Amino acid sequence: MSRTWRTADVVEARFETATARTLALQFPEPVSSIGGQHVDIRLTAPDGYTAVRSYSVAGTLPPTGLEITVEELEDGEVSPYLVRDLTVGDQVEMRGPVGGWFVWQPSDTSPVQLIGGGSGVVPLMAMVRSHRAAGSTAPMQLLYSVRGPSSIIYRGELEKLEASSPPLPVEYVYTREAPAGEPVGRLSPATLMPRILPPEADPAVFICGATGFVEAVAAWLVDAGYTEGRIKTERYGGTGDGS
Amino acid sequence: MGIISSGFRGRRNKDQPGLPPGQYLTESFPVLSAGPTPRIDTAEWEFQLTTEAGQKHSWSWDDFQNLPQEEFTVDIHCVTSWSKFGTRWKGVSMDTFFQDVDTSHPYTMFSSYGGYTTNLPMEDILNGKAWIVHQFDGEDLQPAHGGPARLLVPHLYFWKSAKWVRGLRMMDRNDPGFWETNGYNLHGDPWLEERYW
Amino acid sequence: MSLGLDDGLAGGTGAEADGQDCLDGNALAGPLSEFSAGDLTVAEGRCENCGMTGVLATTRVYAHAPGMTARCRGCGSVLLRLTEAGGRTVLDLRGLSYLSIQRD
Ligand SMILES: Cc1cc2nc3c(=O)[nH]c(=O)nc-3n(C[C@H](O)[C@H](O)[C@H](O)COP(=O)(O)OP(=O)(O)OC[C@H]3O[C@@H](n4cnc5c(N)ncnc54)[C@H](O)[C@@H]3O)c2cc1C
Ligand SMILES: [Zn+2]
Repeated sequence: MSRTWRTADVVEARFETATARTLALQFPEPVSSIGGQHVDIRLTAPDGYTAVRSYSVAGTLPPTGLEITVEELEDGEVSPYLVRDLTVGDQVEMRGPVGGWFVWQPSDTSPVQLIGGGSGVVPLMAMVRSHRAAGSTAPMQLLYSVRGPSSIIYRGELEKLEASSPPLPVEYVYTREAPAGEPVGRLSPATLMPRILPPEADPAVFICGATGFVEAVAAWLVDAGYTEGRIKTERYGGTGDGS
Repeated sequence: MGIISSGFRGRRNKDQPGLPPGQYLTESFPVLSAGPTPRIDTAEWEFQLTTEAGQKHSWSWDDFQNLPQEEFTVDIHCVTSWSKFGTRWKGVSMDTFFQDVDTSHPYTMFSSYGGYTTNLPMEDILNGKAWIVHQFDGEDLQPAHGGPARLLVPHLYFWKSAKWVRGLRMMDRNDPGFWETNGYNLHGDPWLEERYW
Repeated sequence: MSLGLDDGLAGGTGAEADGQDCLDGNALAGPLSEFSAGDLTVAEGRCENCGMTGVLATTRVYAHAPGMTARCRGCGSVLLRLTEAGGRTVLDLRGLSYLSIQRD
């Protein structure tokens, strides 16, 4: 019998956008996580049917808690339940946090470029939070591709980080709908390159989002001369919403 | 068993007559695959049957199209829990391929472009139980769904219906294929819920 | 298929051309933790078919299937198959000539 699955209590649930919700989970024992890791969540229906999905850890609540943020996929099996139905006091089973590759270690002092699309911002936020918590001086900035202002997850916290000292540089790319004065349009090498750390800075790059997003961005960066070995990716699945 | 989420039902619509145990009904046609979708030009396509004596029977795309075609409507059942009712296909019965084949081996291993394999007993592919199909719902079969041609064995779980099929060889033992070596049932009858080892 | 995640890319993507989605080897970390308390996705593996080496986390994983299949980024051949079916985790490593990991 393996003992990898643990039971967590849902202790808080809050909407980040109309369709994304953060769940705070508490465990009977200490839990720790490095920024970028994920957990597997397992749900069991009354008839015994189970479904497992992966979710990035958004942040930790030391010593025994962590948070995840789930974006609802309308026709999905698990995400609508996590976003709409699960309530404080419920329990879920969890495996992890796991993953030792797509992680940012606070001991790394080299520049970091984070690039997220949609809910792909979640593990990048965990990196930002651990960067702050550690008081790291490594240059770190975020490029965040969103449909519009109303789909920005962690909006308030990102605004505070941008205004803090030292500020966290955040660049938004609005793909459907932009605030007044901001351009709206699809992400392309031309819109991306001027807004991220240049190849000469040789940043560690973390890219996360829908599979199509991650593949396109990673290929553009390699073409633009970024070191392939410095680029780490986390594909969430999906061919990407091209519409 | 772990803790139960009483409100969690999955995407399942289970109280439908005609559903095997543990299955739910879907209207969509999920794409399942263990690898990238191969693009196969029908000009290059070939289907080959290899007997225990090493005899090879081959069909080009044109040969295949000139065989007697059957159109039929069946329900399909995927081991990942979805079932789809009334899927309409066009293709050639496995009986037709075996007409001039001399074999006494009771098992087969099907293989696909892209390297997938699945094992099937002869009794599950003859007598109108299996086809090589090239049309779904009146249209040429999409590459994502196994086009230009896939095996269809609707009375077994859908992993047996190998996409991008390219041939089969006769076996005297029921050796396991791609998923059958790794936790999935050697046979796969959805009505008996033969899902796993 | 759309994951409902924001994509908003100009032009087509590799995944669209491919007609389906895959994940990074990172996604194997949970099921692999059933075998080892240490993280196996950072282990370096050698493709038995083409000889390319790389960490498991960087392989391509196809998960919309009865199990997960990790494929070589060089030649596309199957490195590893993993199923979590019927209360059992099964790991097939036939496509790898070795896995190596840095000790502390
Ligand atoms: C490492 C990792 C970390 C992740 N982190 C997060 C996170 O932090 N936040 C977040 O919101 N999401 C995250 N995801 C995505 C998450 O795991 C789920 O994929 C997502 O929540 C959708 O699950 P679902 O059950 O709602 O949808 P599903 O029911 O799985 O459906 C997903 C889509 O696939 C289609 N589909 C369903 N089954 C099949 C099939 N068999 N074949 C083909 N298509 C099918 C559906 O029609 C739908 O469009 C992460 C994924 C990974 C791999
Ligand atoms: Zn290889």
